[in-house]
Amino acid sequence: MTDRNLVTPAENTWCPGCGNFSIEFALKAVISDLVRGGQSLDEIVLVTGIGCHAKMADYLNINSFYSLHGRTIPAATGIKLANPKLKVICCAGDGDCYAEGLDHLIFAAKRNIDISVIIHNNRVYGLTTGQYTPTSPLGFRGRSTPGGTTELPINPLELMLASGATFVARGYTRKMEQLRSLVMQGLAHRGFSFIDLLQICATYNNTTDYYNEHVYDLENHDISSFEDAFTKAREWDYNADARIALGLFYQHVMPTYEDRVFAHPPDNTDRLKGIEEILQKKM
Amino acid sequence: MTINPGPFEAREPGRLCPRTTGTYNVSEGYPSYARGGMMNDISVLIGGKAGDGINSAGLTIAHLFNHLGYRVYMYFDYPSLIKGGHNFAIVRASEQKTGAHRGTVDFLLALNNDTIDFHTGMVRPDTGIIYDSGTVTKGTGTPIPVREILTAENAPLIMGNSAIIGGFAKTAGIKWDVIEEVFRHHLPKETGKNLSVARLAYDAAPVIRVVPVIGSGHLPVITGNEAMGLGLIHGGMDAYISYPMTPTSNLLHFLAEQASHVPITVIHPENEIAAMIMALGFAYAGKKAAVGTSGGGFCLMTEGLSFAGQSEIPVVIVVGQRTGPSTGLPTYTGQSDLNFVLHAGQGEFPRLVVAPGDAEESYGWASLAVRLAWKYQVPAIILGDKTLHEGTYSFDRTEIEGYYSDPGIPGEELVAGKNYGRYRLTGSGISPMAFPGTPGTVVKVSSYTHDETGLSTEDAEISRVMAEKRKKKEALLLDEVGRYEAVRTYGDRSSPVALLAWGSNKGVACDVAGLLGLSVVQPVVLSPFPLHQVKEALSGVTRLISVEDNMEGQLGSLLASHGITVNDQVLKYDGRPFSVDELRVRVMEVLK
Repeated sequence: MTDRNLVTPAENTWCPGCGNFSIEFALKAVISDLVRGGQSLDEIVLVTGIGCHAKMADYLNINSFYSLHGRTIPAATGIKLANPKLKVICCAGDGDCYAEGLDHLIFAAKRNIDISVIIHNNRVYGLTTGQYTPTSPLGFRGRSTPGGTTELPINPLELMLASGATFVARGYTRKMEQLRSLVMQGLAHRGFSFIDLLQICATYNNTTDYYNEHVYDLENHDISSFEDAFTKAREWDYNADARIALGLFYQHVMPTYEDRVFAHPPDNTDRLKGIEEILQKKM
Repeated sequence: MTINPGPFEAREPGRLCPRTTGTYNVSEGYPSYARGGMMNDISVLIGGKAGDGINSAGLTIAHLFNHLGYRVYMYFDYPSLIKGGHNFAIVRASEQKTGAHRGTVDFLLALNNDTIDFHTGMVRPDTGIIYDSGTVTKGTGTPIPVREILTAENAPLIMGNSAIIGGFAKTAGIKWDVIEEVFRHHLPKETGKNLSVARLAYDAAPVIRVVPVIGSGHLPVITGNEAMGLGLIHGGMDAYISYPMTPTSNLLHFLAEQASHVPITVIHPENEIAAMIMALGFAYAGKKAAVGTSGGGFCLMTEGLSFAGQSEIPVVIVVGQRTGPSTGLPTYTGQSDLNFVLHAGQGEFPRLVVAPGDAEESYGWASLAVRLAWKYQVPAIILGDKTLHEGTYSFDRTEIEGYYSDPGIPGEELVAGKNYGRYRLTGSGISPMAFPGTPGTVVKVSSYTHDETGLSTEDAEISRVMAEKRKKKEALLLDEVGRYEAVRTYGDRSSPVALLAWGSNKGVACDVAGLLGLSVVQPVVLSPFPLHQVKEALSGVTRLISVEDNMEGQLGSLLASHGITVNDQVLKYDGRPFSVDELRVRVMEVLK
């Protein structure tokens, strides 16, 4: 166990009732559990994007990389490749990761890089004061769409499954035990883990009642079946009324990106010798 | 078939580079290429369709000259397509260092009719023309029956080059053992068959004029891209991350090839945005990373550039210029992104911008760029141009020996542990870097304005102090770059007229200055601006003529912004580099 206080002196500026508090609590608890289990706290790195979620980097007293909007995953990829011993966690927003940085998310899944991505999906831009995001429902009235959005949301679970993600889960900030368990499993997964975390925005999109009425826990679900996972992922399309399954949808273990990148180490580690040999060939 | 043999167009010995001395053995009764104490200076153009392997054929010719003791340079010109079109390479071999092509050639090697049609302006009455008699219907000179030779040897079409090279080598009086040595070293695949093909052509062609052997030692022959790649490796780069874009794709390819022999990781990610941010991730975790692109890709990297400035994460960015704006001429040269790289990224932060002008400078400055980026925790941009990146040069490292003294990290000591602050305020403005994994140490970096520990702040005082902290590093960086020839001069320093050139134009400017008795001033470091060194280089100069591959004279404007007057401009913005003859005429027009 660490004697380090996991919280920095930074003043917390999330709105009262914000779902981010639950995520921070869960992350702290999971990190403490990991450290108790032998994980070095010094070897954990948190990467955040830009948005309310991202303040996590200021609040948690651990190594952090407070990146740009949409750019958690490329930073995390570089960090993991530079030092594969590090446990790299991305906290990203839905606008952050599904709009600005969607290409990176798909590539991370495609590569199966061993990082954990947690999406704080409140389905609204909070810090820019209330606009629709890629997961806002059709007709969502935000400040940039006063007449309601004219486009359907994306279904991130379906997208991640199609992209090759090897760990796909959905949680909800009002279900703390499950949330902790999913984050723990995601961090323990060797490969790319993805958790879409339904989170309410107390100020711009308070969907607590809706979620409370519609969510249920996956039971008797075969996490090794891609087809079952896909069917369950499509049950709710983030738009029309439907039951919303929570839990681990899919898990599959296969070689990671870094396994493959470093599969064939160079036959020489001496730079100057290498340069001489290359120049010799160019004579 | 006979060609009227004439002397090579020789030129006066250059004033700048050390001249090889001694007498040259021009014997056997063939006409000489050197006359009246002038230097041997030979140009060969080889042209054909894309897919004919013109680039590698040109390179083989360059190696033939290299083995005869010459310094070589090759310009490769190709359109943006994969098969067809017209490709050509101009190889120049000289007794002294060279980095520019001439306006006429001594030998023209034609694999297609276009090579005859498109280069009539480069042919002199005494130019030796060697052509594939099967595909070239307009040839006059030395025909090589390529198709028949290939059939006789049961060789594939791509080996037609070897036939042309064999024929050329014979006309130039190059001894067979030189060809054999070059082929064995540089054509490792099917060497025997290539040699058989070359031999048939060699035996069929007449000797026209002997290119004299001028030395026995030879140098590595590398492209600007390869020189930069080797320099990055030398400087300690651990990872190279790049999305393909001409003219730096070949840097990516080269480093990817070398990654099995040197300790580097090479990644081709989803786009340039990812490349740049991944590089910052590498550096945060303690590994030195570089990225490479051209102007269009650099547009996508600018958010990461500004982030590097704010978060003080070191990164090296290779920007190879081509003709813009936008997609422009993808495979042609330009120097119109100087203003862009100097000003890219929101906010104010120090950056290193260097523009090497040849292979040696590319190597030396790429190595230094890695070291300086890490020492000062700033983004470092290596600004090249297509002519440099894809040009091929003899590479003489003795020229830049003073460039790689290890800069080391100045005075500030790393205080790891619970009191660590990634942005600790120090006298120098440089805060020692710790990396994640350091026992008991929390390393926080941020794109937000932050305090000493890396936590976001909106405090007015801290904001001001941190801006000044970042700025402080710039003065130190400027001091240090002055130690490495931030500005170079060549030519007749007593001349009141100087040519101002940057990037690959340094080569052609040196040649023209040699011909006209002028001096050359080449600023290599463009940010932070080495005003002191530029002024020193310009002492005694009363007329300054800038030579740039752009329309607005961007380097001239940069000097003007520092109070230095550029009197005349010689600008070119058609995507093609100046030839020596073209620039000489343009400069003479200005001097009239």
